Amino acid sequence: MTSAQRTAAPGGYRHRHLLGIEGLTAPEIISLLDLSDGYVDLNRGSDKKKDLLVGRTVINLFFENSTRTRTSFELAAKRLGADVINMSVAWSSIKKGETLLDTAMTLNAMHPDVLVVRHPDSGAVQLLAEKVNCAVINGGDGSHEHPTQALLDALTIRRRLGTLEGLLVAICGDITHSRVARSNIHLLNTLGARVRLIAPPTLMPGKVERMGVETFHDMRKGLKGCDIVMMLRLQTERMQGSYVPSTREYYHFFGLNQDKLQAAKPNALIMHPGPMNRGVEIDSDLADDINRSVIREQVEMGVAVRMACLETLNSNLMAARLMQEQACQ
Amino acid sequence: MPMTPLPAKHRTAYINARLLDPASGLDTPGALLAEDGRISDLGPGLFAEGVPSGVQTVDCAGACLAPGLVDMRVNIREPGEEQKETMNSAGRAAAAGGVTSMVALPNTDPVIDDVAGVEYIARRAREEKRVKVYTYAAVTRGTAGQELTELGLLGESGAVAFTDGTKAIASAQVMRRALSYAKTFGHLIVQHPEEPSLAGGAMNSGEMATRLSLPSIPWVAEVMMIERDLRLVELTGGRYHVAHVSTAAAVDAIRSAKARGLDVTCDTAPHYLILNELAVADYRTFAKVSPPLRSEDDRCAVVEGLIDGTIDAIASDHSPHDQESKRVPFAIAEPGIVGLETLLPLSLQLYHSEKIELLDLLARLTAKPAAILGLEGGQLIKGGPADLLIFDLNRAGRIDPETFESKSKNTPFEGMPVQGRVRRTVVDGRTLFDAA
Repeated sequence: MTSAQRTAAPGGYRHRHLLGIEGLTAPEIISLLDLSDGYVDLNRGSDKKKDLLVGRTVINLFFENSTRTRTSFELAAKRLGADVINMSVAWSSIKKGETLLDTAMTLNAMHPDVLVVRHPDSGAVQLLAEKVNCAVINGGDGSHEHPTQALLDALTIRRRLGTLEGLLVAICGDITHSRVARSNIHLLNTLGARVRLIAPPTLMPGKVERMGVETFHDMRKGLKGCDIVMMLRLQTERMQGSYVPSTREYYHFFGLNQDKLQAAKPNALIMHPGPMNRGVEIDSDLADDINRSVIREQVEMGVAVRMACLETLNSNLMAARLMQEQACQ
Repeated sequence: MPMTPLPAKHRTAYINARLLDPASGLDTPGALLAEDGRISDLGPGLFAEGVPSGVQTVDCAGACLAPGLVDMRVNIREPGEEQKETMNSAGRAAAAGGVTSMVALPNTDPVIDDVAGVEYIARRAREEKRVKVYTYAAVTRGTAGQELTELGLLGESGAVAFTDGTKAIASAQVMRRALSYAKTFGHLIVQHPEEPSLAGGAMNSGEMATRLSLPSIPWVAEVMMIERDLRLVELTGGRYHVAHVSTAAAVDAIRSAKARGLDVTCDTAPHYLILNELAVADYRTFAKVSPPLRSEDDRCAVVEGLIDGTIDAIASDHSPHDQESKRVPFAIAEPGIVGLETLLPLSLQLYHSEKIELLDLLARLTAKPAAILGLEGGQLIKGGPADLLIFDLNRAGRIDPETFESKSKNTPFEGMPVQGRVRRTVVDGRTLFDAA
């Protein structure tokens, strides 16, 4: 696809928020990826600053610990010239007193333009988005969605392989507790890739086949012929019970190593959303193999994708405010 | 010595009615006479010659006159959560919904697990003078599932049956002893059927739970608790009732238990007859209930169970919640729907869709629950209490929570078109609600 065709892609992203990948159309996703491509180049140069968001306030509202996602959003917003504030809120204290919606109301009064929200409960970001006047980006809600992660994964793949269409992608590990998996399933299916999930039955959500995926409980069978191997973090902190007997056993059957990787295509790419548990879900040497692993590239793409999302939501917000002003006159 | 004249009897004639009495199978145009709070006569020929003077007349203008509804599952929230509902507001909501008798669940703060608690409910009901309020008492102290309450004394003080309400009696040993001991007094044990170790989720397991990525509850959690309890009923000979049946497997289990001759009954709530798990899409917490809304196959099986009589009663499972309990992330939102004021129109959906005969439907809202709990009322019978419901069977409208008398508005049925409206609610001959 030439860049001229890309800018002409119909159906650019017109939504007020970015709450999830589910329900987005292929042109909407592609328009965000196209915009991201330009930011990759900008970020690699020496002068990384743009003034598209000068005068805007971006608040990173994190109800869950995060270093890389928060930093990535912060950097993205700053490179676009926005004022950025980071708010970390311990969710347990929220439960006791101030509710999520009180927090939303408080923030609303500070007139932010974009809220980036991460929350440990599925659906919480959507609930908050219904109550604020600004644009909201879902930075991860429970185990539901993490749209910017799926976008950066898609950008990484597209830049390496040119397209996602027709690719066979395996997502391996703790699917049940993974928002990354859900967002990726929606995105990959929408852009024409085929998705396989590989996990022990205790970490595979029920009736997930209805989301348009194939499921496997055997790594070698599942990886056979795959172009992309996406590993997921074993989310020990979100497990309420005992889903796997031990990390040792998990690594033996579901950890990615050279031997199991043989089943995939010879040049299959390895991806991981981070942070990695080396020796639990992925062999340490494999993670560092620059010929196979694109894990560091994913981090790089993350900043570019978030810049594209901020730019898009900002211009949608400005358009909406303009229309509102005109309607008032 | 001059005789003081006896005070004149208070008499009301309800004329031009369609009399509907599920207990006797009566469905005829006619009239009913109430004297001093009790039904003194009824039938097609009554007042054919006109109503005598001195009798107050209520012209039903062709509307249905049935026994007032008997709602066997209501969370009144008093004592302890008066911001959600009170004896006063629940009483007004019940009257507006055509409910003349409601049975309070013991999950209050404090839990109704002692004689003082049962007497408190009775006293508050007397003070408010609204619909009849009965109460369950807890099976275990504090509904903690361990020590039995004073079932005998609680029964003497007025508890109509025993349940840990919204909590399952998890221990098989405790359930066995409860059934066995309650048998001494002929008391009924009502179970919330969910195996707690499987019921930690927020919605039904399945595709929707996977898409929303919410912790979920598999359908087996319900039927395995019921099947366990049925074994204990066989062992002890106790009386057992299953609350709010929601799955096909549970309906099957109860159907076959009844066929084996076990003394078991069960109820369901309108939402399990009308909604399925899709209602929680977009994290709609107003559709979060316990047990959760199930699959469409389950919903159809519950409807089937209601029609064939496996399910004896429909109860509203009225569970008022304020905004603070519902406008939170789905997983931590409180389960429950306000139901007193939608019980009749939602139940009538099954009649209007021609799934069930009107008298059969009304039986499950009146005579059947009254019989299960041994309550007076639930039928039109000479000498019985004049607890009456007058309603328009076909009048169309939409459910509007803003018009609810209940303090809470948490219903997923907002805006739903329904047919059937309460015109008048009469308790012991007193009109407590009049739509006119």
